[in-house]
Amino acid sequence: MLKKSSTDKNQLFVDYFFVKFGQPNKNIYNNMDEQQKLDAFQAKIDAEIKIEPKDWMPEEYRKHLQRQISQHAHSEVIGMQPEGNWVLRAPSLRAKVVLLAKIQDEAGHGQYLYAAGETLGKSRDEFIEELQTEKAKYSSIFNYPTLTWADMGAVGWLVDGAAIVNQVSLQRTSYGPYARAMVRICKEESFHQRQGYEIIAHMAKGTPEQKAMAQDALNRLWWPSLMMFGPHDADSPNLGNGVKWKIKRETNDELRQKFIDKTVHQAEVIGLTIPDPDLKWNEETGHYDYGKIDWDEFWNVVKGNGPCNKQRLEHHKRAHNNGKWVREAALAYAQKQKAKQMVA
Amino acid sequence: MDNIKDNQGDVWEVFVQSKPGLPHKHAGSLHATDKEMALQNARDLYTRRNEGTCIWVVPSNFIVSSLPEDSESFFDPSDDKIYRHPTHYVMPEGAKHI
Repeated sequence: MLKKSSTDKNQLFVDYFFVKFGQPNKNIYNNMDEQQKLDAFQAKIDAEIKIEPKDWMPEEYRKHLQRQISQHAHSEVIGMQPEGNWVLRAPSLRAKVVLLAKIQDEAGHGQYLYAAGETLGKSRDEFIEELQTEKAKYSSIFNYPTLTWADMGAVGWLVDGAAIVNQVSLQRTSYGPYARAMVRICKEESFHQRQGYEIIAHMAKGTPEQKAMAQDALNRLWWPSLMMFGPHDADSPNLGNGVKWKIKRETNDELRQKFIDKTVHQAEVIGLTIPDPDLKWNEETGHYDYGKIDWDEFWNVVKGNGPCNKQRLEHHKRAHNNGKWVREAALAYAQKQKAKQMVA
Repeated sequence: MDNIKDNQGDVWEVFVQSKPGLPHKHAGSLHATDKEMALQNARDLYTRRNEGTCIWVVPSNFIVSSLPEDSESFFDPSDDKIYRHPTHYVMPEGAKHI
């Protein structure tokens, strides 16, 4: 019943587009009951056929994606703020242009993700409103302050590093537009991590004060970076369907372990110490064992009580409201142009 | 009103040609209020690393698409025409360059 070849051929033109022909009563799903629809959907997922915007999908799948993609988009956009804090204080012109390019990329990644989210039937304005009214979340890592220049290193190395582990996995997510956005983002993201590692490596071999600054940044950002992967699998309420529907290809704990395994050596190379006395190589599992994560701190920040939650949202609202006249002017200009065309 | 609804402009689809001679390929979409803004946003969003030599932007609502649920009947006219593929034909033993 489901033919792989026609889905592939179709894929490019299915996204976002308004449909001009074809009646819903031709829909093959119309003759099925709810369970048959679910089974057909699951068969497609199991056969690794991507789901596209116009395809039938369970309401819960749509909601799950809307929540996850918008949270991801908001994180990219809010994530510009801790770095924006250092643009005017970057220690060299090179550091400044690099930081600007990175922040511009984050804005772009937000755009890709919002566009993917919009294919699920919610408007950009709705997503923005959900962020500003705190109905939607963003990654809690961005509620921590960036106190020194070494934090720019730690953010790129650890925060972007953790994001990459997650995003590489999400390139294979079952929803087509989300997967395509991830492929594009991953291509651009590796420069972010390398520029961060370069900064912190440079400071780690500087004066004793600079090295201490680098170590301090690692100390403050290590645990929040591990929390970026979310609660342990056993405590993660949305995991079940997320994995079954292949929205998530690997679990929170699997991804977290991958990140730890590859980061420990990178810290050793630059002579910094990961602030976890329980961290040690486990010959048997082939992975690092690590200490207990402070989930009380995590939930407290998620609930809005982190050091910068208020500041981040207020800044977003201010920027959004300051841009209002620009949006209005652009719309007025477009209407004028249209009116002119009508006359001509 | 603090939050104006639907004021992000229309949605446009972006197609990028990565090299002269290659086809324009769908890159993604964006919001813009007019065609100049759409082109400039497309440049800033999809070609920050010299990914393109030419960009097309098209308002999304101008694109006509077939429906996924119709794809079976829509594409089946070609299902039974294997003679459209070169592998359908039996070549004489020993024939070359054909």
